[in-house]
Amino acid sequence: MTATRERSIVAASPPKAEHIRIPVSGMTCAACQANVQSALQKQPGVVDASVNLMMQNASVTFDPTVVQPDNLVQAIRATGYGAELASPDQSAFEEQEARDRAQTEEFHDLRLKAIVAGVIAVLAMIFSMPLMAADAHAMGGPVADPFMRWVMTSLTPVLERITPWAYQIDPRQLSYTLLVLTAAVMAWSGRHFYVRAWASFRHHSADMNTLIAVGTGAAFIYSVIATVAPGFFISHGVSPDVYYEAVVFIIALILMGNTFEARAKSRTSDALRSLVNLQPKMARVVRDGTEVDVPVDTVRRGDTLVVRPGERVAVDGEIVSGESSVDESMLTGESLPVSKKVGDRVIGGTINRTGSFRYEATTLGSDSVLAQIVKLMRDAQGSRAPIQKLADTVSGIFVPVVISLAVITFVVWFVSVDIAGGDAPLVRAFAAAVAVLIIACPCAMGLAVPTAVMVATGKGAELGVLMKGGETLQRAGDVTTVVLDKTGTVTEGRPVVTDFATIPHAARSDDDVLRVFASLEASSEHPLADSIVRYAKDRNLALSTAASFTAVAGRGAIGVVDGMTLLAGNSALMGEHAIDITMLESQGEALAARGRTPMYFSIDGSVAALVAVADPIRQSSRAAVARLRQMGLEVVMLTGDNEQTARAIASEAGIDRVVAGVLPDGKVAEVKRLQSEGKVVAMVGDGINDAPALAQADVGMAIGTGTDVAAEAADVVLMRGDLDAAAQAIELSRRTMRTMKQNLVWAFGYNVIGIPIAAGVLYPSLGILLSPILASAAMAFSSVSVVGNSLRLRGARIA
Amino acid sequence: MTTTDWIVVAAGAALIGWVYWYFFVAPRVAVSMPAPDMVGMPEITITVKGGYEPAQIRVKSGQPVRLTFDRQETSSCSEEIVFPDFGVKKFLPAFEKTTIELTPPRPGKYGFMCGMSMLHGSLIAE
Repeated sequence: MTATRERSIVAASPPKAEHIRIPVSGMTCAACQANVQSALQKQPGVVDASVNLMMQNASVTFDPTVVQPDNLVQAIRATGYGAELASPDQSAFEEQEARDRAQTEEFHDLRLKAIVAGVIAVLAMIFSMPLMAADAHAMGGPVADPFMRWVMTSLTPVLERITPWAYQIDPRQLSYTLLVLTAAVMAWSGRHFYVRAWASFRHHSADMNTLIAVGTGAAFIYSVIATVAPGFFISHGVSPDVYYEAVVFIIALILMGNTFEARAKSRTSDALRSLVNLQPKMARVVRDGTEVDVPVDTVRRGDTLVVRPGERVAVDGEIVSGESSVDESMLTGESLPVSKKVGDRVIGGTINRTGSFRYEATTLGSDSVLAQIVKLMRDAQGSRAPIQKLADTVSGIFVPVVISLAVITFVVWFVSVDIAGGDAPLVRAFAAAVAVLIIACPCAMGLAVPTAVMVATGKGAELGVLMKGGETLQRAGDVTTVVLDKTGTVTEGRPVVTDFATIPHAARSDDDVLRVFASLEASSEHPLADSIVRYAKDRNLALSTAASFTAVAGRGAIGVVDGMTLLAGNSALMGEHAIDITMLESQGEALAARGRTPMYFSIDGSVAALVAVADPIRQSSRAAVARLRQMGLEVVMLTGDNEQTARAIASEAGIDRVVAGVLPDGKVAEVKRLQSEGKVVAMVGDGINDAPALAQADVGMAIGTGTDVAAEAADVVLMRGDLDAAAQAIELSRRTMRTMKQNLVWAFGYNVIGIPIAAGVLYPSLGILLSPILASAAMAFSSVSVVGNSLRLRGARIA
Repeated sequence: MTTTDWIVVAAGAALIGWVYWYFFVAPRVAVSMPAPDMVGMPEITITVKGGYEPAQIRVKSGQPVRLTFDRQETSSCSEEIVFPDFGVKKFLPAFEKTTIELTPPRPGKYGFMCGMSMLHGSLIAE
């Protein structure tokens, strides 16, 4: 029994109390409930226990230093009720490991079976040659299988020299030898085909195994009758051909195809596997002043950890001392190491490059960034793209339809050969029907879309682009318009001082003027004020404390620093206080025209300086916008700024369509408006403020800081704070859609073309007949080629 | 056409008819969930081996159910279980039990299938 096991730290009396929920079975009444509850409460170390009859579980708060969950289970069992410690909800990591184990096992198993079947197939082929030669002489008729006829004519001279003894053996003995070899291959290498086919059949369903089992089974039974009672065939004027080598070859080839497929399929989750492997197993924790290496799952929130250069950061945390540069490329796709100082966040799994630092653990286990990424990717890889619906519909009816087609093939061949007075109608009809069963391949259809989704989401994660599912991939491929939020998306989202000018011939030094104003602004919470304070601090100016401070909404601030009355704000504020700013006004207006926000400073009633603040565009924005436009996408920028500032930023970024003065809730309306024009809109913005617009857009892309993975409203999370990632996301989606369509066309096309050829539609006009052996080779490699095509996405150059 | 030809045609038609009936029409056994009175969340174990046993499960709409998939084979065909209506897709380790909890929101038929849509079953919410 599996259920959720929640471990959370409870702020109750024992400092490290844990909470667990244990499923209990067998309780039928309130008395049972009371019984279990009191048994639990009597356990030493149990702080609180309550048993829920409806939910069939016990909820226990306990002190892990006194009692372990195993003891609790035993206590419940002692009362006569069933209890089992739920394995912790299979985590993404464990699920991946389980899947890997299963895949590796399957691969080794299939490989061995394929090799054994392959060796026996070659043997069977050698033994079949003299048999066929004998048959051909005895009956004077043609060997029914055209492929085998070709093999026979080309191989016989060689074999007669290498293994002349084989031609001395009595044909009947050869037949029996082949019978035994074939039965052995079917019973060992091919066993699972028959077992699974039967299991499916019992459930009124049919799959690939059904086709293989019916095809090879029919050929085998036919051959056995021809071996044991050849007279039956001869009396009906039919050559008693055997198909043993075909049965063995079909099994060998299909197993070989399955082996390749198993290997290729496991490669589709390589990216996820390498993410899982990023998680370090050990962490170096400071305990009682000394550094100790402990398993990473014993690290508690608030522990201090140490990391040296070249080591992996064990868990998510915040730096408390030291500084370094950290390589986060594996999670964010950002190629340059990121410098980190005290107070900065580090992410578990990233690699510390240069310095040593200590950090405090913040998020652990399934809440960690890495675990969230892995979970998100697992969910994405498991999701279904809408395009798959078609494949699903066809898969559902495929096998019964193919069986029916094989029956029709048999009937048509039999009747037409018979009417035309041709040779051996039964043999020909039979070979064609078996070829139809064998060539049909439902697997390629089933693999076409999911493998592409797997590879694409993995590729995305490598680029720092987390796609939330197949549906997102499909929609992002159709995007026509990209809407960018200005602040924090096109721009850095953090205003900085771009210009600072004092009046000519001022009595005070520039630094002194800056110092007093920064001292005033230090009391303000406005982002513009913050940029001035940072600007002063960068110049190492020691700030004073303001004696008084009053913020004037929409204007600026007034206050007293070092005995001087200061005004800091826009021209309106200066005008209201009758301060003459003519000396700096033209300069200020010029800056405003360039999209910067000018602020004037006055000391004791006269203007002293002008500062301009702007939110600079991200270095990569211009190139990214150019790329989006090159991809044929319309780029629109939304901002709450005034028209002038917006225009300035937009022209710097190379965006020509701007919607300025948009209130936060106006963004949704703007996205809706674009959608009503028939456009497929991708909205790029931050995951919090722009959440409603992201949700409204066809594809919402949250531009992340590398830590907030779980942006709920977004379909795509861009781990890198970089607009180029948005272009990559769309390009990857387009490539993926192309791959999915190629795969589907190939998978459908293969069956649509292959089945009629196997049925012999080309025989009347071109004389082409497909041997069951060739059919099995085609079938085995059709699904491998679909997986291979999906794997090509890994190498797609999406710079 | 000879008598043999007619026999072959008739047998072929009969066989196709039977295939159609067996795979698409023949009734599947539907199993009802145990009633949830006094026993908490209704729970049922579905054996996964070449198909789902039982393949049809009657449940109450709006009531959470716990489905335990017991996969008794290694065939990769059944390695995943998908509930498209609930956005659930889970890997089923071979010879292990995997639990999924769902709440069908309203009456109707909710299909589930293997990762490649070859094996099918459904929840019938009433």
